Amino acid sequence: MATSSVSKGCFVFKPNFKKRKISVPIEDYFNKGKDESEDSKLRFETYHLIWQQMKSETQRLQEELNKNLFDSLIEFLQKSHSGFQKNSKDWGSQIKLREIPTAALVLGVNVTDHDLTFRSLTEALQSHVTPYVVSLQSKDCPDVKHFLQKLVSQLMDCCVDVESKEEESAQKKTHCSMDSLSSWYTNVTQKTDPKMPRKKRTSSQWQSPPVVLILKDMESFTTKVLQDFIIISSQHLHEFPLILIFGIATSPIIIHRLLPHAVSSLLCIELFQSLSCKEHLTTVLDKLLLTTQFPFKLSEKVLQILTNIFLYHDFSIQNFIKGLQLSLLEHFYSQPLSVLCCSLPEAKRRIHSLSDNQCENIRRLPSFRRYVEKQASEKQVALLTDERFLKEEAQSLLENLYVYHTNYFLVLRCLHQFTSSLPKYPLGRQIRELYCTCLEKNIWDSEEYASALQLLRMLAKDELMTILEKCFKVFKSSSEKQLGSTAKKIEELLAQFQSLDEAKEEEDTSGSHSKGLQKTDLYHLQKSLLEMKELRRTSKKQTKFEVLREKVVNFIDSLVREYLLPPETQPLHEAVYFSAAHTLREHLNAAPRVALHTALNNPYYYLKNEALKSEEGCIPNVAPDICIAYKLHLECSRLINLVDWSEFIRGTPTTAWLPSSAMSAPGIRTSEPRAAEKRNVRT
Amino acid sequence: MSKPELKEDKMLEVQFVGDDDVLNHILDREGGAKLKKERAQLLVNAKKIIKKPEYDLEEDDQEVLKDQNYVEVLGQDIQGSLKNGSATDGGNKVYSFQNRKHSEKMAKLASELAKTPRKSVSFNLKNDPEIMINIPQCSKGHPASDKVQLKNNDKGEFLSTTPRGLRKRLMVPRSHSDSESEYSASNSEDDEGVAQECEEDANEVILRPKSQAQNRVVSAPVCKETPSKKMKRDKTSDLVEEYFEAHSSSKVLTSDRTLQKLKRPKLDQQTLRNLLSKVAPSFSAELKQLNQQYEQLFHKWMLQLHLGFNIVLYGLGSKRDLLERFRTSMLQDSVHVVINGFFPGISVKSILNSITQEVLDHTGTFHSVLDQLDWITNKFKEDSSLELFLLIHNLDSQMLRGDKSQQIIGQLSSLQNIYLIASIDHLNAPLMWDHAKQSLYNWLWYETTTYSPYTEETSYENSLLVKQSGSLPLSSLTHVLRSLTPNARGIFRLLSKYQLDNQESPSYAGLSFQDFYQQCREAFLVNSDLTLRAQLTEFRDHKLIRTKKGADGVEYLLIPVDSGTLTDFLEKEEEES
Repeated sequence: MATSSVSKGCFVFKPNFKKRKISVPIEDYFNKGKDESEDSKLRFETYHLIWQQMKSETQRLQEELNKNLFDSLIEFLQKSHSGFQKNSKDWGSQIKLREIPTAALVLGVNVTDHDLTFRSLTEALQSHVTPYVVSLQSKDCPDVKHFLQKLVSQLMDCCVDVESKEEESAQKKTHCSMDSLSSWYTNVTQKTDPKMPRKKRTSSQWQSPPVVLILKDMESFTTKVLQDFIIISSQHLHEFPLILIFGIATSPIIIHRLLPHAVSSLLCIELFQSLSCKEHLTTVLDKLLLTTQFPFKLSEKVLQILTNIFLYHDFSIQNFIKGLQLSLLEHFYSQPLSVLCCSLPEAKRRIHSLSDNQCENIRRLPSFRRYVEKQASEKQVALLTDERFLKEEAQSLLENLYVYHTNYFLVLRCLHQFTSSLPKYPLGRQIRELYCTCLEKNIWDSEEYASALQLLRMLAKDELMTILEKCFKVFKSSSEKQLGSTAKKIEELLAQFQSLDEAKEEEDTSGSHSKGLQKTDLYHLQKSLLEMKELRRTSKKQTKFEVLREKVVNFIDSLVREYLLPPETQPLHEAVYFSAAHTLREHLNAAPRVALHTALNNPYYYLKNEALKSEEGCIPNVAPDICIAYKLHLECSRLINLVDWSEFIRGTPTTAWLPSSAMSAPGIRTSEPRAAEKRNVRT
Repeated sequence: MSKPELKEDKMLEVQFVGDDDVLNHILDREGGAKLKKERAQLLVNAKKIIKKPEYDLEEDDQEVLKDQNYVEVLGQDIQGSLKNGSATDGGNKVYSFQNRKHSEKMAKLASELAKTPRKSVSFNLKNDPEIMINIPQCSKGHPASDKVQLKNNDKGEFLSTTPRGLRKRLMVPRSHSDSESEYSASNSEDDEGVAQECEEDANEVILRPKSQAQNRVVSAPVCKETPSKKMKRDKTSDLVEEYFEAHSSSKVLTSDRTLQKLKRPKLDQQTLRNLLSKVAPSFSAELKQLNQQYEQLFHKWMLQLHLGFNIVLYGLGSKRDLLERFRTSMLQDSVHVVINGFFPGISVKSILNSITQEVLDHTGTFHSVLDQLDWITNKFKEDSSLELFLLIHNLDSQMLRGDKSQQIIGQLSSLQNIYLIASIDHLNAPLMWDHAKQSLYNWLWYETTTYSPYTEETSYENSLLVKQSGSLPLSSLTHVLRSLTPNARGIFRLLSKYQLDNQESPSYAGLSFQDFYQQCREAFLVNSDLTLRAQLTEFRDHKLIRTKKGADGVEYLLIPVDSGTLTDFLEKEEEES
């Protein structure tokens, strides 16, 4: 083969230059993969469009979420630098001048997302505070020398013009010290003064902008390097205005653990906390999935897998988005009807141009079949035979689906308002948990829902009112007609609660007279208490508030039952819901160990041959040699002797045992798979 | 929290949990979800007691609920998944300790096979239950087993070929079926007695307690359903004893037969390969079908590679042919680099070199690997029309699995227009990547179980059956020795005998020159220091001996030949002289 050699391990293949120019567009791979490439071009375009939208949406979200943090950081930087700026002579500020202003940024454990945060932070700082922003990683700085080298080279890169590059590269090689840095700094700041108009005004609003040094992963820096650097730079602080930003993944205590008091007293630390990644996830879900803005939806299993990977494996939003991208791709790749997964008017237009084949695909959808069965017989016939009629019907179904989703999310949010404050959170604290349950089944059949309603019936008035107000806002925010009446209903309920206030006082006075219990003996007390209990049970007289509360609960219950049907009940839901959870899991969260184990223990799973079928824990004679060898290895791993094995196999009649091993060299057969196996299955 | 419940929980704390319960808990995951749930609830209860006044026990509750949820989803998914291993019983098999649950089945098979020569009838696979009954009976009775031995002796050819391991296995099912069927102390004693007899019979040293302990451990989970309490108690005490028995025996007796003892000459690489190529793989139709399935994914792979994912293949069997087919069918018109991770001389440096020198036609050199990486990164970022496919066979190989190498390859693969498709084989390969690296790689996992042999991948490693060209084989030894004077031969024989005598001691460093000289003089082989030295120089020139300076500065002499060959050589010499 062309790619095996005893002298080298890398083989470069370059096609002819002419040939290389003709590169295949990506869409082609989308088409060719499937035999029946129905509308695949359109599908790929739709995928691309939706993905771009989602991506920009997530970026926007990210910026929005970071905005607060960045604003406060920038404010801190400006404030701390102003001291240097003023150059005041009084004692207090001079003491302060010896301290390096430091921002400790607690970012949480989702290390993979930090890069993105730091990148946008750098951009924000460069546009608002100073052009001199350097970010260092621990792996670049094994000692102070490298640390300074990196710092110098990045500083020079980030601000100096091309003409002086030669000179710098020479300097880079020679010697980097804090002295040279500070002299460079004064040099540069003086040089930029006359050139001021050339630069953006915002970036050089000060005469001497500070130098911001970001240490991305503070924990993994060597303590010695950090300490030395801090001590050195604090000496030069008066001429080299440094500001540090520590990226911290664990907890702020780590600063004091890494740095002794003598060093940490040189820092003036302020703590900043980034948004927790769980909240981040909630916002992302809220804006990407719990909305009708994007037609694409995830089924319960898929959502569960994605959130589980997030919560139990990495806390990384990036990975979550990646999973979302993959599911989007899989959906458009594998489902021919995903062509309808776009905005409603566009989908309606596309239905018109559907081919016969696609119509057949619609008819084959289980949800559509269920729908057809419910129709009258003549309509059934029309749906199954007449393409035109089918298309019209599909249009209205799509519209229904759209309406269903709008209502669904409104009611879901409303229900979440109710359940999120209940003790013990029977339906989950996060809206995603509620969403999962609702996607899975009829939520009103679940025990949790019943207990949630039970708890709702015990809510106090003010709690209930705040919830109702929130719900009112939810409904108000949408302009849908269907649920406009609901908003009105809630308003009415609220008004009734308010009017209850006056009525309540009267009731209080009327109910108080029974409380006066006279001094009695034990027997009478018991008796009267029993009587009171009996009375309460039989009379069932409810206060007005209780009646009203019951009304609210019934109202929300009816809403849920009407609108929170699981998506499987909707015809044509397959077009927008991605449900192949197992493929997602396979590709994102694979289990190589399980695969190896299965391949060795149960070859039937892969090689669908009846001869390989066996009961649990037993390996058939005819299984591939490697499986048998593995089994033996499992059984008596410490007693294995290759000679014995080979002799044993030679000594047994070959007809029944290992038919594959040829008569000529049966002894060798076992050792070869064994050698191979040893390579892989080292335990 | 009500009081009785509280009490109950307190009782729980002191309750004794039997070993077998623990075993059940570990091994039995069939009812895993249920069991887990119960445990979890217990846990929650306990927590509630501890922090009753606080309100955050709800959170705990919640978390537990989530955990259960996760476990369920995991379970469901593995079951629901079509591809990801059958694993009907969760991951317990995969992640358990060494599982000996079904060892008796293999042993049964072995005994079946062992029976055939005695019966000298071509045996039928179907009547194994009967055989199972037969074996314990006939091997228990003293005379019967004697007979077996005798018969075996008659069939000399069989005895010579029956390995010791097999005979051991013959005994295993017997003792095992005993202990399993009746399971009482007296019986096991009985069993032991019989076993001792058998041991004498067989003239074999078998570490009895050891094997028995193993058996018992095996059978424990088998009998775990039996509800009888008494039996449980028996078992727990047994288990304790067996535990110590199993762990006290420091030495495991294994068969000491080696390949050298076989009267079969070693093959050279070529013959071995020819022999292996004659063997047709079983289930070729099914394998072909599997491969076709994977080939249908090629277009999808290309699509996903272009969309920014990288692809990693895992699963049993060599994936080299598959990737090769992918290369020839999809990548003919694009620049690509094939990297054999299994090549012993591979390094990240060589990968980067081939990219810079051959793909990007750069002639300069770089200070460090990181510089080179930076340069490549810049080059690819500047020119978006550049595209490069990297195919790495065995990304987890010895040479590439290091942290630094993985970091660099990961950074390469994270570039927009470098597409990486790699294969991994090691069981723990995914441990190479932490979160940061994983996000660099942006993997999509694909399972491609091929069952094909790792021929090419293992070709750089030495097989036991192949003649090692590096060491001195017997023939050349005799060849050289034959051309020497009888005295010289005597010198060599002396040295080799001494080495064989001392081969057991681990601290043996060689024979010191002075001692050797003394011995040679005593055997009238040399008359002076100088003659011996001249002789030794000749040996050294033929690479028959090696000298080493010890820690005390004394010269030590060694024959760089393994003891098996040396023994053979001496035997041959004896015959000749």
